[in-house]
Parts: sequence; C-alpha cells; structure tokens
Amino acid sequence: MASTPLRSTFRAPHLSHRFVPVWQRNFLVWRKLALPSVLGNLADPMIYLFGLGFGIGMLVPEIGGVSYISFLAAGMVCSSTMNSASFEVLYSSFSRMHVQRTWDAIMNAPVDLDDIVFAELVWAASKALLSGVAILIVIAVFGLVDSRYVLWLLPLIFLVGLSFGALGLVMTALAPSYDFFMYYFTLFITPMTLISGVFFPAEQLPAAVQVAASLLPLAHAVELARPLLLGKLPDGILLHLAVLAAYGVGGFWVALGLTRRRLLG
Amino acid sequence: MPAAPQGIALASPLEIRGLRKRYGDNEVVAGIDLRLRPGECFTLLGPNGAGKTTTLRCALGLTRPSGGEIFLAGLPVPERAREARMRVGVVPQQDNLDPDFTCAENLLVYGRYFGLDDAAITARIPELLAFAGLESKRDARIQSLSGGMKRRLTLARALVNRPDLLILDEPTTGLDPQARHLIWERLKQLIRNGTTVLLTTHFMDEAERLADRLAILDAGRILTEGSPRDVIAAQIEAQVVEVYGDWNGTARNGTSGAQAWAEAHAGAFARRYEVSGETAFCYLDDAAPLMAHLAEQSGLRYLRRPANLEDVFLKLTGRDLRD
Repeated sequence: MASTPLRSTFRAPHLSHRFVPVWQRNFLVWRKLALPSVLGNLADPMIYLFGLGFGIGMLVPEIGGVSYISFLAAGMVCSSTMNSASFEVLYSSFSRMHVQRTWDAIMNAPVDLDDIVFAELVWAASKALLSGVAILIVIAVFGLVDSRYVLWLLPLIFLVGLSFGALGLVMTALAPSYDFFMYYFTLFITPMTLISGVFFPAEQLPAAVQVAASLLPLAHAVELARPLLLGKLPDGILLHLAVLAAYGVGGFWVALGLTRRRLLG
Repeated sequence: MPAAPQGIALASPLEIRGLRKRYGDNEVVAGIDLRLRPGECFTLLGPNGAGKTTTLRCALGLTRPSGGEIFLAGLPVPERAREARMRVGVVPQQDNLDPDFTCAENLLVYGRYFGLDDAAITARIPELLAFAGLESKRDARIQSLSGGMKRRLTLARALVNRPDLLILDEPTTGLDPQARHLIWERLKQLIRNGTTVLLTTHFMDEAERLADRLAILDAGRILTEGSPRDVIAAQIEAQVVEVYGDWNGTARNGTSGAQAWAEAHAGAFARRYEVSGETAFCYLDDAAPLMAHLAEQSGLRYLRRPANLEDVFLKLTGRDLRD
C-alpha cells in the first residue's frame, strides 16, 4: 500500500468492453428475483407519494400551479432513483466485494478491477432505471404525467443512477462493514433529500441552505425531472446535466482509486 | 488440451526473478526466483505468513511487486497480466463461488469473463461437471454443496478456459481425507494431460504426492528447492527415531523422562537430535545401534521411521507456532 504512489493509484480509469460480462452477471442474479425486487423498489416511493400526496395535498392545494401530488411525483422519481442506485452500490456491491469475494474470483480471470467497478456503476444505474420505469408507469396510470417529454426521463434516470452510484462506490471502497453505510444515509442522503426540492420547493429555505443544495446532485436531478414530467422544458439544462455528470465522473474516479488501494495493495 | 503454439510451449509458464514485496517496513517476499517447467507440478511449501499467497498474487498481477521481474505465460506482469491470465486457471484459498447461481450457471458466468461465447461454454459444462464429479448437481445451488463439492466445482471453474497453467492456493485445506484424495486424483489427471500446476500448501503429504519439484519458503525466501526426494536427501539424515514416555534411568541433573534420556544418551547415537515437548527426535543415518540401546531401556517408548518432508520443513522453518 505505502509502496504504491498516489498518482498510480488514482491514475485514469482504464475501461473496456470487458465490463459487459460482469454487468451480465449482476443482471442474471437480478432476473431471478426481478418481481420482488421491482415491487420492493416500488413500495417505498408509492407509500410516500400517495401518503404525503393526498395527506399534505389536502392542506396545500397547489404548488406552482399544479396539485401537490403532481409536484411530489418528480421528487419521488428522483429520490427513489437515488436510493435504488445507492443501495445497490453500497450493500450489494460491498457484499460482492467483501463478503462473497465475487470480485476476487473475477479478477483471477482476464478482467481488471477497473472493469469490475465500472460494471458495478453501470449496473447500479441500470437497476435504478428499471425501478424508475416502474414508478413512471404507476404515476402515469394515475394521470400524474404529461406525456410530451416523459421519455426524456429515461436517460435522466440513468444519469442520476450513475451520479449516485459513483458517490456510493466511494463509500463502499472505504467501508469496513455494512454499519458504515448508515452514516452515509443519515448524514448525507436524508438531509440532501430534505433540501433538494423533493417534498417542497427549495426556494423557501434560507439562502445558505439553497446554496448547499445547489452544490449537491439531487437538486439538479429534481430541477430537470419536475418540468419534464409536467410537460415543460427545464431551464438551465446544461448546467444541471454538467453537475450530475461531474459527480458521476469524479465520484467514479475517486471510488476506483480507493478500491484499487483497498484490493490491489 | 489444444497444443500451444511452439514459442509459448517452449517458454516457462511462469518465471519469477528477484521478486520482492514490501508492506511498509515488512518485507513479505524477500527475493524469490522460480522457473516452472512446462507440464510439471511445482509446489510452494511454507508455514502461514511465509509469503506463498503474496507470491501468487504478484504472479497474477493482482498486486504490484516492490522489485523483481515476472513473466506469466511469457508475458511481463503486471504490465500484461490481464492477457496472461487468459492462459491461466486459479483455485483460490477461499471459496468464492457465486452463491446466487447453480453449479452450471457458475461455470457459464465464469467462462464469459474469458470472452468465451455462451454456446462454447454450455457445450463444455457437462465435461467440466463430470470432471468435478458433479453431474447430478448441475442445477443445484451452491449453498447445498459440501465443502469438497465446492472445491471440485472451483477446480472445474478454473478449467473453463482450458488453461496451460493451473494455480492452486492451498486447495485441500479444510477438506476431509476422502475429499482431499479426490482432488489429488483430479490434479494428477491434469498433470498427466500436460497442464502445468503450481500449488501452495502446508501439507507435506500433499507436496510429496503431487510435486515434481518443490520449494520450501519461509519469511519470504526460498530455503531449499528440488524434487521431494532430493530435498529430503540433501537436507536431512535418512532415519528418524522419536523417543517418548517415562525413562526409568536418571540423568545427572536428576530429571527423568525422554528429555533426560536424550540429554544423557541421544548425542552418542544421533547426528542431531532435538527435544520438543515430551518427545526427543533423533536424526541419524543408521538407526540400528540406537534401536539396540532403546530396547534395553525400560519405560521409554519409541518409533522409528524414514525421514520425510515434514522433518525437513521443521528443520528449516523451526518448531515455533506461526499464527
């Protein structure tokens, strides 16, 4: 560890098509449990959406000209995408890396760690997409979707999955055990969810909090998803995409370096 | 096995020169040279912490050495380790089969990591399962397999790419005798068919059974190297007599037992002796005079046997525990 220079540990990711069979491996496991997995991912956001949507919706008739539940729908799509990707790279990837030693087995084959970590990232985004689509279908059935731009949500969900997958992989690379992930959720994910316009407009928060939210990825995801779901084009599309992409690329780079240090030392 | 191209067939499947690996101030591998000959079984023998696993990790390009040169399948490692691993199969120390899959799925998914297409792997699965004696377990989940079955499946998995070199890290640790013998039979079959095998173990009987050549490793260095028979002949006397039990004679210092006997008499018969716990180990080329002497002692019990690899190992690496 100490003998490996920092520059070499954090060298650029070396990506190849060899991530595909690793992605396929995760997909094959998921396929065996697809129905319970999708339903499980669907239950939580649906309970929030309809519970808060109807409950608070009775107190708050409209936000920005739409019903509260329509307002909340975009927030739920984004936060459940975030949760789905985060859970996958935290608990499931950690299990494959540290508990089952699946990564060790793969690295004995002609596949590099870079390919494995990249496959985990793309898989987390894919899984987020699968649950995101399920949520979109349900809210469309309840008439909470304007169909004009709704398909743009699919690449957006994938990108949000990549951003949070990459951030989560940083935690996974550092985690001594599963308990560690609780801190990530309570100290990072939950507060971010509350200040990023998921449940209520961020404009009513103190300016400093708004600045903090604008530095984090979730607010940018919501800023894109909400207008798209309501049939409008978002403002500042490029800025929002750039922030999400920066978290994805930067997070992956750091996560890969930390994982190399952990496993290849 | 398909014949390897001429140039590769002549090259050593694994060549290591001056390998060093340091973690901070701790030098785990302190200058190792190895050259495997195609088709042989080479065994790295050493106590826990001798540097066996680290040497293998370096050879596979899974960690960067602090010094030295490695050529795996003729390619420089770690620079071209990934390509080199195309020609290699690995049975790791810890089972890491995929618990979410059946036996057949484990083989299929692993074959894909080598870039093999599904049809080619699927066609090979019955053969691999038969080799592992797991034909009836094709669709069984990994959790339902015994320890021996999991090892055999791991061995089959390592063969999915028809490797020229098979690397096994303590392949029979934790297995019962029946399971160990079955693994040995399979390895002998592979060696007979031309696969080069590199294995680490701390079981002497495993090394004596399988190895064409072996190296005894301790504290990151090779202490001796050669065929099991040559190593025994070069390193140790031909016979060992173990003496234990109560000795009715009395030593000068008034103690009794095997230790007292050894202090009083062992030096007169044995070229070398050592006392460990309640037992005196006497190493000698001709055991007859000692046996005659022991027959006259009352209370002592003794066992005469030819020297083996374990004696060499203990002589070279000492009797201290390595935890």
